[in-house]
Amino acid sequence: MLTNRRKDAWIAAVLVAPFLAIYLLVFVWPTIQMFGISFTNAPLIGSGDWVGTENYERLASDPRFRTAAWNTAYFVILTVLPGTVVALLIALGVARLKGRLQSGILALFFLPYVLPVSVVYLIWDWVLNFQFGILMHVLDLFGMDRIPIMKTREWFMPAVGVVTIWWTAGFSILLFLAGLRSIPPEIYEAAALDNAGRWTTFRRITWPLLWPVTSLVFTIQLIAQLKIFDQVYLFSQGGRPNDNMVLVYYVFQRAFQQDQGGRAAAVAVTLFVLVVVVSVLQFQLLRLAGGRK
Amino acid sequence: MTTTGLQRMNFWGGVITALTVLLALLWAFPLYWGVISSLKPENEVVRPHIELWPENLTFSHYYTAIFDTQIVTWYINSIAVAVGVTVITIVTSMLSGYALSQLQFPGRKALWWLILASFMVPTQALIINHFVLIAQLGLINTWAGIMLPQLIHPVIIIVYKQFFDQVPKDFREAAVMDNAGEFRILFKVYLPMNWGVTTALSIVTFIWTWNAFLWPFLSVTRTEMMTVPVGITQVNDAFGVFYARQLATAVLAGLPVALAYLLFQRKVTEAITLSAGIKG
Repeated sequence: MLTNRRKDAWIAAVLVAPFLAIYLLVFVWPTIQMFGISFTNAPLIGSGDWVGTENYERLASDPRFRTAAWNTAYFVILTVLPGTVVALLIALGVARLKGRLQSGILALFFLPYVLPVSVVYLIWDWVLNFQFGILMHVLDLFGMDRIPIMKTREWFMPAVGVVTIWWTAGFSILLFLAGLRSIPPEIYEAAALDNAGRWTTFRRITWPLLWPVTSLVFTIQLIAQLKIFDQVYLFSQGGRPNDNMVLVYYVFQRAFQQDQGGRAAAVAVTLFVLVVVVSVLQFQLLRLAGGRK
Repeated sequence: MTTTGLQRMNFWGGVITALTVLLALLWAFPLYWGVISSLKPENEVVRPHIELWPENLTFSHYYTAIFDTQIVTWYINSIAVAVGVTVITIVTSMLSGYALSQLQFPGRKALWWLILASFMVPTQALIINHFVLIAQLGLINTWAGIMLPQLIHPVIIIVYKQFFDQVPKDFREAAVMDNAGEFRILFKVYLPMNWGVTTALSIVTFIWTWNAFLWPFLSVTRTEMMTVPVGITQVNDAFGVFYARQLATAVLAGLPVALAYLLFQRKVTEAITLSAGIKG
């Protein structure tokens, strides 16, 4: 028994070693380093002097950080709840379909999700193009004024929000469909026998039984959208990046464009703490909601 | 239920179905529009009205995209990086998922916590120190440098562990009785039972890595080392504005992952639901 256990430990060490080596190198070490340099005035590459909490204190009065935090929160509001609702409605519609038609229609909704962000950017940049974009032709048809959407401050975040929902809804739709399939059909048959209408059936059966999936979709999106960068960066090219600033963009700008590793790390730590807190809350909530692992 | 009630329900059911199909077509329209515009001559795409089909269908933009940009080089980089990340992630995750599931060893709990922790940490926050690390290792502008920080996929270990947990203990006991070594058990008994999961997870890891933008964008400064999604955003600067040509590069960039999805629709669906913690 004892030798067995020893043998187990050796084998486990061999099995786990490659994974552990990678994680120590690209996860644990960079995380420690990030906290470390956030208390220094280091450039991107190279060491700096200890400055205590100065980098953090400066964030409080930094207007660009405030813009970044506000835009990130705004983007979360624009995408998370609307994205969840849109995906739920589509999933309810797709769930009614059968066989080939269902997988075909699902593929149309899901296809954008598998595309790289820059492809999504190029397609929508073309659709929204001020001179030749098809959306502008549509506006013309309705006699409305054309709008340089991605160059207009008020339109930028809502438009990027719409594109993001278009791009990522497929993922949430899949989860909702899996949730809908796991509801036993007998329950619906019983409801039909009781003459329950469409809305009553949804409210009394579908919605409560789907709740674990709904909260999962909601929190997955919340965490994902806090980390927004790619779309904002791409659509801001040739526009107004400083007005459209979001948290990850600000980390990128400070570190890679202004060569201020220490100050950038303070922003990164803020984002880090924010996402970890939300994730821990999600983890606890899901645990409370019914022990979904 | 009365007949009229049933009829009314069928009527509204039909309306909902029709709306769903209509919305799906509208949803996919930007993709159609992107593809169709890439098949028009430049002078047709800038016409001041909507034309849903090209008057003169042309593949010339694909020709110029392939021969006048570095997209072929970017393809090679993307394939190398995506295959590398997929193979390394799947193998290391499977090995540690097996150890976590089947073996008792000191530090098992700590390892599990490390995995859960990495699940919550935003890798976007680590870009500064990833860059410092990769620069110190001298790997900026190399495949290895693009790959290394992308090897954090804790969800794959979690899925493997759960699958190994579900294998009945009898299999293992029988194998141990036969004096089979741990590696033999893993590769001859456990792995064959999970081939479906392994292919599903490999396909989505490939898609995720192919699509990665932020890190490949930061870790590469030389055009010839770029991956496809980063490279195609550079074409713009090189050409000025040629809309159709640009869309042709976009179509080429999205093609491998779109095909991977369309060919393995079932597997992708399975892997996505598994990775979200829902058993499909």
